[in-house]
Amino acid sequence: MEREVLLEVKDLDVTFGERKKQYEAVKKVNFKIYKGEIFGLVGESGSGKTTIGRAIMRIVPSAGGDIIYKGEKINGRISPELDRKVIKEIQMIFQDPQASLNERAKVDYIISEGLLNIEKGISEAERKTRVEQALRDVGLLPEFASRFPHEFSGGQRQRIGIARALIMNPEFVIADEPISALDVSVRAQVLNLLSDMQKKRQITYLFIAHDLSVMRFITDRIAVIHKGRILEMAETEELIAHAIHPYTRALLSAIPMPDPRHERQKKLLVYDPDMHDYRSEQPEWLELRPNHFVLASQREAKEWM
Amino acid sequence: MAEKMLTVEDLEIKFTLRGKTLNAIRGISLELYKGEILAIVGESGSGKSVFTKSFMGLLDQNGRVTGGSVMYYGADDGKPVELTALKKEKEWYKIRGHEIAMIMQDPMTSLNPLKTIGDQIMEAVLLHQKLNRAEARKKTLDYLSDVGIQDPERRFGQYPHEFSGGMRQRVVIAIAIACSPQILICDEPTTALDVTIQAQILDLLKELRHKYKLSIILITHDLGVVANIADRVAVMYAGDIVEIGTSEDIFYDPRHPYTWALLSSLPQVGVKGTDLFSIPGTPPNLFTPVQGDAFAPRNPRALKIDFLEKPPYFEVSPTHKAKTWLLDPRAPKVEPPAVVEKIRNGGLI
Repeated sequence: MEREVLLEVKDLDVTFGERKKQYEAVKKVNFKIYKGEIFGLVGESGSGKTTIGRAIMRIVPSAGGDIIYKGEKINGRISPELDRKVIKEIQMIFQDPQASLNERAKVDYIISEGLLNIEKGISEAERKTRVEQALRDVGLLPEFASRFPHEFSGGQRQRIGIARALIMNPEFVIADEPISALDVSVRAQVLNLLSDMQKKRQITYLFIAHDLSVMRFITDRIAVIHKGRILEMAETEELIAHAIHPYTRALLSAIPMPDPRHERQKKLLVYDPDMHDYRSEQPEWLELRPNHFVLASQREAKEWM
Repeated sequence: MAEKMLTVEDLEIKFTLRGKTLNAIRGISLELYKGEILAIVGESGSGKSVFTKSFMGLLDQNGRVTGGSVMYYGADDGKPVELTALKKEKEWYKIRGHEIAMIMQDPMTSLNPLKTIGDQIMEAVLLHQKLNRAEARKKTLDYLSDVGIQDPERRFGQYPHEFSGGMRQRVVIAIAIACSPQILICDEPTTALDVTIQAQILDLLKELRHKYKLSIILITHDLGVVANIADRVAVMYAGDIVEIGTSEDIFYDPRHPYTWALLSSLPQVGVKGTDLFSIPGTPPNLFTPVQGDAFAPRNPRALKIDFLEKPPYFEVSPTHKAKTWLLDPRAPKVEPPAVVEKIRNGGLI
C-alpha cells in the first residue's frame, strides 16, 4: 500500500553568507514525510537540522531544491492563497520556552495571534472559546489566559508554545528540540502531550533533536544528519538495532543508559569524518537493508555490512 | 572506608524574599570521600545548586546558613576547616579555587570573551601556584593537552569565540584544575552540550579525577547520565537528600518513591506507543513548612503517615539509606515499579 506523502524535500540546499564567504548549511537533502507519522531528524549542533526545519517554515530561504507540501511547491515564490494555507497548516514549536514567548503579551494574545492574522473575521466570543480549548488541550487552566509568560515555569511555557501551534489546527508541526531545555520530569509530560496530539488529531510531525534516546521513544522514522548531509535513514527500530553508518553508531554509543554495569563496560565510539575517502569514490545513497538507506561509497558499503 | 574530604551535618539554608522565608535546604547530612565522584540529582528548584554553592561561600546576599555545619578536611596543614563559620571574603579566598573549584553549566557565558583562553587559564595558574610566567605558560599548555585540546600552542592565543561549546567546556575545566583544587564541583557541566560531546566530557572528568586525585561532586537533573560516571548518587528533593547510595544501589535497588519516579520518567526506559511515566503535580512550595514526606502529595501510593511525619533515614545497607516510611518494618509491602526490574536485569538494551 502506498502511503500518502505529506511533505517532500527534494535536493534542498540552504546557504548562508555572500559569495566568497558562502557557507553551505544544508547540502542536497532529500526525504519524504508520510501523513500521520513522526519523522525524526537527529544530529549535533551545527548539523543543519534546525535550518531544514526553518527552511520548511520558510523562515530561511532555500538556495536550491524543492519543498513540496501536499503536491505543491512551497519554497520560493508562491501565490498568496497558498502562502496563507501553508501558514495555517504548518506550525512550529521552538526549543527554548524562555525565549520564544513575547514577554510583554498576555498568554491570551500569544496563543491567538495566529488566529487573528489568518481568520480575520473571527468573533471575540469564538476566539475566547478557542483559546480556552487550546489551553485545556495542553493541560493548562483557562484562567491562565490573562497572565504573562514570566508567571510560568519552563514546562508550562513550553505548553503555551504548543497551544499556540495547536490552535491553528495544523496538519504538520515542526518541533525543534521541544524538550531539550526542560527538566527530565517535565520532559515526560511534554513528550506524552505531543504523542497524544498525534493520535487524537492525526498531526504529522517533524521532530528535531540531538538525543537518540528521545527519538527512539517518539519517532516512527529517523534521518541522521551531519554537516548538512543526511547520512542514514530508516524506521526507528531498524535504525537503532542495525545502525550502519559510523556516525549513527557513535551517536548510539553516546546515549547514556541508567545502568551502571553496562555503562562501565561501554566503549564510546568517536566519529571521525576524515575516515571517508570520497575523492576516489563518490558516496551514493544506497539501500543496504530493506527501507534502510545509507550514504556510502560502494567500498564502504561492503566494509560496513 | 576512604578518607573524608567533606562532611555536611544537618545543614539548613534559608533565603529571605520580599519579607518571606524560603527554606531552601532542610537539614542535609552528607559525606564526600577522597577520590570519589558523587552525583547529586534533582529537579530544578530542589536546591542542588544552592547546597553546593554554600561550600564556597557563594550564596546570594539574601541567603544564609541557619543551622548545621560543613567541615572541610583537605587543607594543606591538615587542620579541618569549618566552612560554615567563615565570615570574611578574605578567608574564603583560601578555599575558593585552591581547595574547592566549580564548573558552571553554560560554557558560553563562563569565559571572558575579551581575553585569550591561554591567559585565562594562566591567570589561575599564577594565582594559585608559585610559578614564574614562563613556567606558568608551560603548565598552561600541559593543562590544555590534559583536557583534550589538540595543538595547545596555537589554541593558547585564541579567543573563546573560536571554540565550540564542548571545547569551551574543556577550557573551563582546565581553569578549574589550574587552581589545583581538592574538590571539583561540576554544576550541570553537560546540560548545554550535545549527547556525543556530553559523553566525552564525562569521560574526561573520569580521567582527570585519577590524574589529579580529585573528589568530584556532579550536579545534574538527569539521572540517566550519572550511571556512567558516579560512584555514589544522592537524590535530592525539595531541599533534602531523600536517598543516597552507590550507583548500583540507586539504579538496581532504589527504595524511595521519588527515585522510582525519576527512573520511570527517563525516555531511555520508555516503551514506544505507551505513555512515558510523568510525575504528577509540582514540587512543594518551600515558603511554607513541609509537613511529613515532601514527596507525599505527588506520590499516588503515599501512606497516611507520609502526610503527618517526616521520615528519618532508614538504612538499607551500610552504603545505602533512604528517607521513606516504606522502609519502616511496620509499613505495608509496596513493590517498586516494573522499570526497576527491567534495569536490574539489563533489559534496556
